[in-house]
Amino acid sequence: MQFVSFSRASVLAASALALGLMSHSSLAVDITGAGATFPYPIYAKWAEAYKQKTGVGLNYQSIGSGGGIKQIRAKTVDFGASDAPLKADELAKDGLIQFPMVMGGVVPVVNVEGVQPGKMKLTGAVLADIYLGKISKWNDARIAGLNGDLKLPDQAITVVHRADGSGTTFIFTNYLSKVSGEWKDKVGNNASVSWPAPTSSGGKGNEGVASFVQRIKGAIGYVEYAYAKQNKMAYTLLQNKEGAFVAPNDKTFQSAAAGADWKNAAGFYEILTNEPGKNSWPITGATFILMHKAQADGEKAKEVLKFFSWAYQSGEQMALELDYIPMPGDVVKLVQSAWKAEIKDSAGKALW
Amino acid sequence: MSTVANTIEGLSRGLPDMSTVSRAIPAASLRRQYRLDQLFRHATRGFAFLVLALLIGIIATLILGSLPALKAFGLKFLVNPHWNPVTEEFGALVPIVGTLVTSFIALLIGIPVSFGIALFLTELSPVWLRRPLGTAIELLAAIPSIIYGMWGLFVFAPVFATYVQPALTATLGTIPLVGKLFQGPAIGIGILTAGLILAIMVIPFIASVMRDVFEIVPSVLKESAYALGSTTWEVVWNVVLPYTKVGVVGGVMLGLGRALGETMAVTFVIGNAHRLTSSLMLPGNSIASTLANEFTEAVGDLYFSSLIELGLILFLITFVVLAFSKLLLMRLAKQEGQKT
Repeated sequence: MQFVSFSRASVLAASALALGLMSHSSLAVDITGAGATFPYPIYAKWAEAYKQKTGVGLNYQSIGSGGGIKQIRAKTVDFGASDAPLKADELAKDGLIQFPMVMGGVVPVVNVEGVQPGKMKLTGAVLADIYLGKISKWNDARIAGLNGDLKLPDQAITVVHRADGSGTTFIFTNYLSKVSGEWKDKVGNNASVSWPAPTSSGGKGNEGVASFVQRIKGAIGYVEYAYAKQNKMAYTLLQNKEGAFVAPNDKTFQSAAAGADWKNAAGFYEILTNEPGKNSWPITGATFILMHKAQADGEKAKEVLKFFSWAYQSGEQMALELDYIPMPGDVVKLVQSAWKAEIKDSAGKALW
Repeated sequence: MSTVANTIEGLSRGLPDMSTVSRAIPAASLRRQYRLDQLFRHATRGFAFLVLALLIGIIATLILGSLPALKAFGLKFLVNPHWNPVTEEFGALVPIVGTLVTSFIALLIGIPVSFGIALFLTELSPVWLRRPLGTAIELLAAIPSIIYGMWGLFVFAPVFATYVQPALTATLGTIPLVGKLFQGPAIGIGILTAGLILAIMVIPFIASVMRDVFEIVPSVLKESAYALGSTTWEVVWNVVLPYTKVGVVGGVMLGLGRALGETMAVTFVIGNAHRLTSSLMLPGNSIASTLANEFTEAVGDLYFSSLIELGLILFLITFVVLAFSKLLLMRLAKQEGQKT
């Protein structure tokens, strides 16, 4: 008897405590997501800030884009995240909606004696031929022709790529496919590809590529912008679609996003490589969120959308601090009107 | 609750007169004892069979998971050197070769060094040095493999590239036939580096097993040999090794098992390139590191299934190695029988 009364009291106390904690939010459970590793730092930061503000937590597992797509198909999570967008017909097959969440840039980095960050100029075609193994020395006439002011050594080029399947590779190979017909035919565009250059070696993760490039003399690699910046690596300038040589930074990334034609991209299938605009960095990409269009638990889905809406509106500064690029305002408007039109609860009522 | 109380009550009642206890154990308590025994037996058997069930479950999962790849590529999977996620053409030759070659290098270096360590610790070392050296080796075995990987990449590879690789290319690289293995750019990462890191990782395993089995050789055997005028080498080669061969082979197999399945350390230093090369200096790939690298972003059934099939192949390689070592031991045992 005593035991029963004690347990009842403790339940009451616990629920009172819980009510007190959640007084300014509905009794929502945490939202769950899984997928891409590239945006994990910013999602984690947003989740922490959002939990403090609203009490709703986000449990995001960065298991990789492939895993994220599998999990959202199996409906074990509230949203999936992928660095590579799904094509419109794949989305339709599983009844999914997709929208871009945040952007980043991919930057070629080199380790050539005497070459400082931002000093070497490359074009897309030259970069593709280096990765194809057709340009194998740093003093090749085609590199020297672009860099008259640099003293380039007679040194073999070691090509470094990501060993793990990665959204970064997807964006990078997408760019090479757009600027080189030979790359498109021989190698193609994917999260991991069969690297043709005879000297190519793979590092695990951005940190693996960064350390290979820093350690191997004559190496060239590609990393996310944040890594190049934080490790003070020798990034290169790239020639964009308009013929201008640009440096990678938040302004040139944003310019690429602004130049993109989101309005006519079915299912927001848009990869921001080789975009027009005089200031556009040519290897930019967004990372995407996947959700089911028909939501069995309308309340939960609403919480998820509320979180993303908050992240678009109030998360910009946090994104910039971590060297991510927030989505431009007009793209956010497009995304939210897509939510309104497509995400429905079980009764068919729009959730946004 | 009540049964426990009864037992205690029964025990305390029986305590004062020990003779009656031994004469008449209550039937109920006997039955209870029997039931407990049965329960214990079934529980232990259950645990043992759990391992078997897990093993069968894992094999079944691997086979089921690799069915699409088996259907699509058949046996060609084993000899195809291409690994192209874009065109979905997959072959396991490069990772299989990488796994076998790195493990072979590891054992080639690991076995003699471990043998030397064990020999020194059991036969030659001053007694006061044995304990600290032995502990150091055991501690080496306890270091997580990722630490070896990071150390290999950040410390070992640069030193190797600057000093060792050019020297190797200049000396071994000039020998006809074998020389090809040691030619190539000195970049510090590649199959040879992975093999060397693996050697460092398997040495503590093999050395500590060897030392333990060397220690159990009866001193009377060794002393007799010494009394007949044998040198230390003759004692070890003709007395200690034959006496401990099962343990020594077991230790080597333990090391080989670690080398075949090692993932993180190899991933860091092998270079992760799906390319068949004639040089050990160039990047390659192993089964375990391919799996570690590519599982997360393997979109598409055939890609995923090919990775599972790689896992199945690694499993089979390990199985063959174990079976082979058992056969070896059986043959050794047979020879022994003929001699005596």
